[in-house]
Amino acid sequence: MPKTEFPTGKATRDAYGKALLRLGKEMPELVVLDADLSKSTRTSKFQEAFPDRFFNIGIAEANMAGIAAGLASSGKVPFISSFACFLMNKAFDQLRMCVAYPNVNVKVAVTHAGISIGEDGPSQQGIEDVALALALPGFAVLVPADETAAEELVVAAAKHVGPAFIRLGRAEAPKVYREGEKFQIGGSKILRDGTDATIVANGLLVAEAAKAAGILEDEGLSVCVVDAYSVSPLDETALAAAARKTGAVVVAEEHLLDGGLGSRVAMALARLCPVPMEFVGLDNTYAESGGPQELLEKYRLTAPWIAEAARRAVSRKK
Amino acid sequence: MPCDSAKLELLKDKARAIRRWSCIMTAEAGSGHPGGSLSAADLLAVLYFHVMRHDPANPGWPDRDRFILSKGHACPALYAALYEAGYLKGVDLKTLRKLGSPLQGHPDKRKLPVLEASTGSLGQGLSVGIGMALAAKMDGRNYRTYVMLGDGECDEGQVWEAAMWAGAKKLDNLAAIVDYNKIQLDDFVKAIVDLEPLEDKWRAFNWDVQSIDGHDMEKIIEAFDRAAAVRGKPQVIIAHTIKGKGVSFMENKVKFHGVAPTKDELTKALAELDRA
Repeated sequence: MPKTEFPTGKATRDAYGKALLRLGKEMPELVVLDADLSKSTRTSKFQEAFPDRFFNIGIAEANMAGIAAGLASSGKVPFISSFACFLMNKAFDQLRMCVAYPNVNVKVAVTHAGISIGEDGPSQQGIEDVALALALPGFAVLVPADETAAEELVVAAAKHVGPAFIRLGRAEAPKVYREGEKFQIGGSKILRDGTDATIVANGLLVAEAAKAAGILEDEGLSVCVVDAYSVSPLDETALAAAARKTGAVVVAEEHLLDGGLGSRVAMALARLCPVPMEFVGLDNTYAESGGPQELLEKYRLTAPWIAEAARRAVSRKK
Repeated sequence: MPCDSAKLELLKDKARAIRRWSCIMTAEAGSGHPGGSLSAADLLAVLYFHVMRHDPANPGWPDRDRFILSKGHACPALYAALYEAGYLKGVDLKTLRKLGSPLQGHPDKRKLPVLEASTGSLGQGLSVGIGMALAAKMDGRNYRTYVMLGDGECDEGQVWEAAMWAGAKKLDNLAAIVDYNKIQLDDFVKAIVDLEPLEDKWRAFNWDVQSIDGHDMEKIIEAFDRAAAVRGKPQVIIAHTIKGKGVSFMENKVKFHGVAPTKDELTKALAELDRA
């Protein structure tokens, strides 16, 4: 029987720190830059192991993105990190001009994405970072659900030639995958199959989606759950197949509804297989300070709300 | 590097060629930024024909000196310098800004791979230059990285983020050149945001600072030679220049920051440049 509950695992940012250590040994050209948040982003682990290949740029995200572009143009493979909101919002033009437009091999790994960072409040909560990353042509945009996915996708991004964005979280994440599970840019994972509806999610909400499927199963609905960890390129084939089979789709993400996974999936399915769709995400609002779980509940990003959205989608089937 | 009178003549010829092309290209395009191209012409001539170590037959040479035109709008002058140096074989300079041309309105490294960076959104080139200088240090290469900034561009906060970091990290293989032509798009620099005291600003960020007449070939050469010998600090050359230099009716005119000469104006401009 497919799982609806998962043991608590490490935060995806911890997996990032671990992956960098692994990559540092394999890839002498790998360098890591941070903007005075290395303890939080976990790049400090890399600094300890490879001090000559780590640069703290200070609280200057725009400068950091530009420096990374210069390093990449000189044969290095730079990872740059900060909180999702700071890096994507403050360095967006630099990512546009110096990385995306010239298609330079820079990897952007952001942590503390979403509202699940909790008490620090909205100024620190990245809720528009995926939309911004998707607005950078040529970027691979990756949102891993747990530590295994995060580690594998950081490695995949490092080996990918071209810019990549990886979204990581502060909170401990449910361990959705077994170690050794494989992930690739452009891929997706079907956690469980179903016939009545499909829930597409990524990041922290994959586990919530699986829980929601359990709730719905008790009501007699058979629900497919897809982890769309690669928002761009999106696994459109798998999503269209799921939509065709189930006839109703919910997309859930820890992000503003505007411009994130939901809009990408909707765009793909509108073309390939239009079905009733519902969306779970932050609806035109910032969140607030509070405990991570309290916030997810208050802003309706948890399993009961995803299940409710699925019921609505199913009810709209012709 | 010593410079004899024959070399000085060559540099003056190259600067004249860069100015001629800057006028021709922008006139042909019907748009572009002639003023800041003309102000930078002498500096570019010295960089590409005297100071920088580079090889047009091997543009990807890992040990080449790097040049980034952070004030990307002056790209007609850069394209002309590259062309005169023997790059851009088979490229028609008169296609500037035209559909399908590698000579984009602002530098595009993807369409013109000989460029070191894509620029045009101001304030970013110095950061990219830091990355290149840092890579040289890491790899034990002795190339130098040169970044040309506009004066108006120094309004951008990122310039000072970069200046602070490069100064603190003693990146002595990095040099900035400020093309201080005193005019930005809307008005004179002094009227928009006065940069003075500009030398003190760079000095406070731990840079080696020189101020020169950016149209005096010998002074430009001396400044670059001196900068290259500095250890433990990045270097900035504040080049006092004249916007539109070399064409009397363009000199010191705010209008010619971003307006191309007409066909008649081009004829007059070329006649003046040829007489000089």
